[in-house]
Amino acid sequence: MTFLTWIVLIGTSLLGSVAGVLGCFAVLRRRALVGDLLSHAALPGLCLAFLVLGQRHFGGMLFGAFCTGLAGVGLVTLVCRWTRTKEDAAVGIVLSTFFGAGIVLSSVIQNQEGGGAKAGLESYIYGQAAGMVLQDVLWIAMVSAAALVVVVLLFKEFKVLSFDPAFARTQGWPTLALDLAMMGTLALVTVTGLPAVGVVLMAAMLILPGATARFWTERLGPMLVLSGILGAAPGTIGTLLSAGVVAGWLGFDPLAFGPTATNLPTGPLIVLSGTALFLFSVLFAPRRGAVARLWAAARLRSTTARENLLRTLYELSEPRLPDRPAIAVEQLLTHRAWRAWQARWLVRWMSWLGLVERTPEGARLSESGLGKARGLVRTHRLWERFLIERADIAPDHVDRDADMIEHLLGREIVDALEERLAAQGGPRDAVPQSPHEIRRTKDEGRMSKDK
Amino acid sequence: MPPPPLEIHDMTVAYHRKPVLWDIDLTVPEGSLVGIVGPNGAGKSTALISVLGLIPLASGRVEIYGKPYARQRHQVGYVPQRESVDWDFPVTAMDVVLMGTYGRLGWIRRPGAAERHAARLCLAQVGMEAQADRQIRQLSGGQQQRVFLARALAQDARIYFMDEPFAGVDASTEQAIVRLLQALRDGGKTVIVVHHDLQTVADYFDHVILLNMRLIASGPTATTFTHENLHKAYGGRLTILDEAAEAVRRGPAP
Amino acid sequence: MAWLQSLSPDTETTLWVMLIGAMTNTACALLGCYLVLRRMSLLGDAISHAVLPGLVVAFILSGTLNVGYMFLGALAVGLLTSALTETLHRHGGVAEDAAMGVVFTSLFALGVILIKRYGSGVDLDPGCVLEGLLEFVDLNRVEVAGHSVPRALVSIAPVLALNLLFLVVFWKELLVSSFDPALATTMGFRAGLLHYVLMALVALTTVASFEQVGSILVIAMLIVPGATAHLLTDRLRTMLGLAAAIAVASAVLGQLAATRWNTNTAGMMSVVAGMFYLAAVCFSPRYGMLSVLVGNFRNALTIVREDLLAMLYRLEELAAERPLGPREAIQAVGGGVLATLGLWSLARRGEIQRDHSAVRLTERGRRRASQIVRSHRLWEAYLVRYLGLPLDHVHEPAAHMEHYIGGRLQEQLAADLEQTGTDPHGRQIPHGEPPPASGTAE
Repeated sequence: MTFLTWIVLIGTSLLGSVAGVLGCFAVLRRRALVGDLLSHAALPGLCLAFLVLGQRHFGGMLFGAFCTGLAGVGLVTLVCRWTRTKEDAAVGIVLSTFFGAGIVLSSVIQNQEGGGAKAGLESYIYGQAAGMVLQDVLWIAMVSAAALVVVVLLFKEFKVLSFDPAFARTQGWPTLALDLAMMGTLALVTVTGLPAVGVVLMAAMLILPGATARFWTERLGPMLVLSGILGAAPGTIGTLLSAGVVAGWLGFDPLAFGPTATNLPTGPLIVLSGTALFLFSVLFAPRRGAVARLWAAARLRSTTARENLLRTLYELSEPRLPDRPAIAVEQLLTHRAWRAWQARWLVRWMSWLGLVERTPEGARLSESGLGKARGLVRTHRLWERFLIERADIAPDHVDRDADMIEHLLGREIVDALEERLAAQGGPRDAVPQSPHEIRRTKDEGRMSKDK
Repeated sequence: MPPPPLEIHDMTVAYHRKPVLWDIDLTVPEGSLVGIVGPNGAGKSTALISVLGLIPLASGRVEIYGKPYARQRHQVGYVPQRESVDWDFPVTAMDVVLMGTYGRLGWIRRPGAAERHAARLCLAQVGMEAQADRQIRQLSGGQQQRVFLARALAQDARIYFMDEPFAGVDASTEQAIVRLLQALRDGGKTVIVVHHDLQTVADYFDHVILLNMRLIASGPTATTFTHENLHKAYGGRLTILDEAAEAVRRGPAP
Repeated sequence: MAWLQSLSPDTETTLWVMLIGAMTNTACALLGCYLVLRRMSLLGDAISHAVLPGLVVAFILSGTLNVGYMFLGALAVGLLTSALTETLHRHGGVAEDAAMGVVFTSLFALGVILIKRYGSGVDLDPGCVLEGLLEFVDLNRVEVAGHSVPRALVSIAPVLALNLLFLVVFWKELLVSSFDPALATTMGFRAGLLHYVLMALVALTTVASFEQVGSILVIAMLIVPGATAHLLTDRLRTMLGLAAAIAVASAVLGQLAATRWNTNTAGMMSVVAGMFYLAAVCFSPRYGMLSVLVGNFRNALTIVREDLLAMLYRLEELAAERPLGPREAIQAVGGGVLATLGLWSLARRGEIQRDHSAVRLTERGRRRASQIVRSHRLWEAYLVRYLGLPLDHVHEPAAHMEHYIGGRLQEQLAADLEQTGTDPHGRQIPHGEPPPASGTAE
C-alpha cells in the first residue's frame, strides 16, 4: 500500500466514523434526511465563499458551506413553525432551491476565466476521496476530535433531546441551543466530508451506520460506539477496494466487470460497503434481523406442534390414566388439523426425543412424556378456567384460544394463574378438570383393545 | 329471519402479534343505536377499524348482513376519529361530503349533478348548508364533525360506524348529532358509535357493547348497562391478560 | 420584448428552452401537488436520485439509449425504491425516513459505479443527471411530421399528457385516497395501488426530464410549486392550476435570468421557484407570515385601544379629581409604540378627546367603553357564579376575555346570570346599548 492510500484510508475511516456517530442522533430523531439537506444546502456557501475570497481557500469555503447548511436547517424549522408547509416538503424545498442556487453560482464561477478548475467545485458535488492529501486528513482529524468532544460532553443532553424534546423543555434544558449545537456539529462533519464523498453520498454516510447499529443494540451508548465502528469499516473497505489493494490480496479483481477497467471512485464504494453491512444486519442481526425473526416463528410453530401432540395424546388417554394406552395415528388426525404425514413425522420425532413410544397400533406417551404432558394440560386448563371465570368468555370458545396462548405462557404467569384459582378453592399442582367436554372419540372400544 | 346488520364471531385482533382484543363474539340487532363503551385503551376504536377491515384479524370473522365486509362495502358508512384528518388539505365541506358518494360510483366515474344534489341535502340535514364552500380548517370543531357526519349520510348506508363523533364538540352540536343519529335509527338504519361519556350512554343508546380487551357484555341498554357490568369493565384491567398478550408479543418462553 | 432579443442572440433557442422547461416543470408540479398533500415529497427526491442505476441497467441490457428502454428501467427502479423503503419500514423495523435515505443513496452509489464501468460509450454523466444541460436542449434534434424539434420535446410531451390524463381520470380516487386513505380503503379503492401508480408516474416524469433538465430541477418542481400553491389557496383545483402557473413562470423567468447572467438554466429555474415559495411564505394573503404578523399587530392594537377606553371609563366612574394626561394614559396600558399608536387612533376615530393635559372620552367613546366594561364585569360575575373562582382571581381572566366577548355572548351571559346589576366586586355593570360594530369582539 502506498503512502497516499494510507492517507485516504485514514481520512475516509475517520470521516465515516464520526459521521456515523453524529448520524445516529439524526436517525433516532427521525430526521435522517437532514444530512441530505445539509450537504445540498452547503453548495451555495462553497461557491459564495469562493466568489468572495477569489481563490480556493479550504477553510473559508468550508465556513461558507457550514453557514448556508445551517441556514438551510434553520429555514426548515422556521417554515414548519410559521406556515402550513409540512416538514418533508420544507426539506425538499430548501434542499432543491439551495442546491439550484449552488449550481447557478458554480456555473458563474466556471464561466470566469479558468475559475472552475481553480475552485475544484466538481469534487464537492461528486466527491474525490482519492485526491485527499495529508492536510485534509489533519483537518478531518481535528473536526472529528471536536465533534466527538461535543458528543461526549453533551451525551446526556443529546440523549434526552433525541428521545423526548418536550420533556427536555419542561426540565428547563435550552432545547433550541442544544438543537443548534447538534445540528452545528452535524453540519461541520458534513461539509468536511463533502470533498471526499460528494453531496448525495455524504447523506448515506450519515444514515447508514446509525441505521445499521440500531439492529445490534437497544442502548444509545453502545449504539454510538458501534456506529462509529460501522462508519469506519466501510471507509476502510471502500478505500481498499478502490485503490486495488483488495485485488492485490486476492490475486484477482473482485470488481472486474463491465467493458471499462478504470479505477472505481472511492465514495460510491464506501457507501455500497456500508449498504452491504446494513443488508447483512437486516438479515442476520440477532433478534431484530429477518432470519432471527423467521427462525423464532419457525421455532414457535415446531414447539406448538410438539406440545399439541403431547396434549392430544394425554387427553385421549386421560380416562385410563395412569395407564398409557396406545393411540392410533388416525385418531390423532380427527382431533388436529394435521395431515397424516405430518402426524407420523411428528410421532417419529417425538419418539426420538424420548417423549413418545411408538407401538404397532400407533403411539403412546412415554414416562417422561406423560410428566411433560401433564404440565402442558395443566397450563391449558388453568388458562381456560381463567378465560371463563375472569374474562367472561364462553366455555365453548376457550379451547381454541387456550391453544394459541398456552405455548407462550411463562412460569410466572402460570403460577399467578394457579394462585388466583387456588384462592377460590381449586386444587394445586394437580391437573384441573377440563371446563368443557373433551370430544375423545366415538369408539372408545378401540382404545380399550390394547389393554 | 334476515341476517343481522353486524355479526362478529370470535374476533381476536393483534398489533404486532400482541392481542389487544380477545374473542369478541356478538350480534347487533337491526335498526338500533349502539354504543361501544369501555375505558381508555380498551380497544373500542380497534374493534371498529378491524370490523371495517382496516387491520387484519388474528382470528375470527365479521359479517355485515350475513356477508363478509368486502362484499358489503356499499352498505357501510364510516366516520373516522377527528385526529386522523389533515385539516390543511385543500378541500371544502362540500368536497368532503361528496366523497361519501365515491364508493357507490366506483372507479373512474365522476360525481354528477345527482351526487351534488344529494351531498347538498346531506349538508342541509346537519345544518351546514351555509358553510358548504368553506375550507375545513375554517370550521369550528363541532362544524367539522357535522361535515364528517354529512359525509357518512352521503354514503347512504344501512349500517354506520362512528369513532367518537362527540369528541371535542360543543353541547348543542352533540344534541344535534344525537337527534340525527336517532333519526337514522328511526329510519331503520343501524348506527354503531364509539362513545366514552358514561353519563349519556343510557340516554343516547338502545344497545350497549361494553369492552375491555374482551367483551364484557352486549345487549339492550336497560339490561346491559348495569352497575355490575360497568364495574367489570372499569374495575381495572386483567393484569394476566395484559401479561399474556405481552408473552405472545415476545414469542415462546425460553 | 426588444430587450429579450438583445439579451439572447438566438430567440428560437430561448423559446425552445422555455417551452421544454415549462412542460417539464408542469408535468412535475402537477404530480408534486399530490406528493406534498400526501406528505411524500421526499419520495420524489429519493426516486429521482434512485433512477440512475435503472437507466444504466436498461442501457446495458438493451445496448441503446432508446427512450422506451430507459422508461422501463426507471420505472422498475422507481417502484423498487418505493417498495424497498416500505419493506424496510414495515418488516425491518427501520424508521421510514432512514429507510428511504438508505435505499436511494445506495441505489445512487450503485448507479455511479455502473456508469464508471459501462458508461464509456454513453453520454450518461452523473454531472448532467444532476445539473442538466437545458441550455443545449436545442442541439439534439429529431424530425417529427416534417418539423425539426428538440428530442427532449418528444420525450416530455407524452409524459405531460399522461400525467394530465391520470389526474383527470382518477381525480376522485386520488382526492379521497390522499385525504382519507382509511375511507378510500373502506370504499374499495385500493389506496396502495394508487400510491404505486403515482410513484410510477414520478419515475416516468423523472426519466423523461433527467437528460435535459437534470434531477435537481425535477426535485424542485415536484415539491416547490405544489407547496407554494398550498400556501395560496384552499381549493385543490386552484392549487393544481396555481402550481402549473408557478412551474411555467419559473421556466420563463429562470431562462431569462440564466441568459442574463450567463449561468445554468435548470439551477436558475429552481432558484426562481424557490423565490416564488419565499414570496408566498411572506405575502400569502391568508397563510403568509406577513399577514399573520399584520393580523397579530392589529389584534394587539385593538386590545390596547380597548384597554385605554376601559381605563378612562373606570376613571370616570370613580369621578377622579384630575383628568389623566396622555402620557400617563399611555404608561398605564404598558407604554411603548403600540400604546401611543392606540391613543392616536382612538383620537382619530373620535372616541376620545385629547390635549396636552387631559384625555377624555367622547360620547361615542363612552358607549364603546361601557360595552367593554360590561363584558369584563359580566365575565367576572360568570366566573364567580359558575366556576366558583374567588373574588381576587377574576380580574385577570376577565381583562383578557373582555376583548373577545361580543354582543351575542353578552346577552347569553346576562341571561345566565340571575342578577346583572352589579359585578362581584359590587360595581355597577353598565347597561348595553348595541355595541358599535368594530374590534375583535365580532
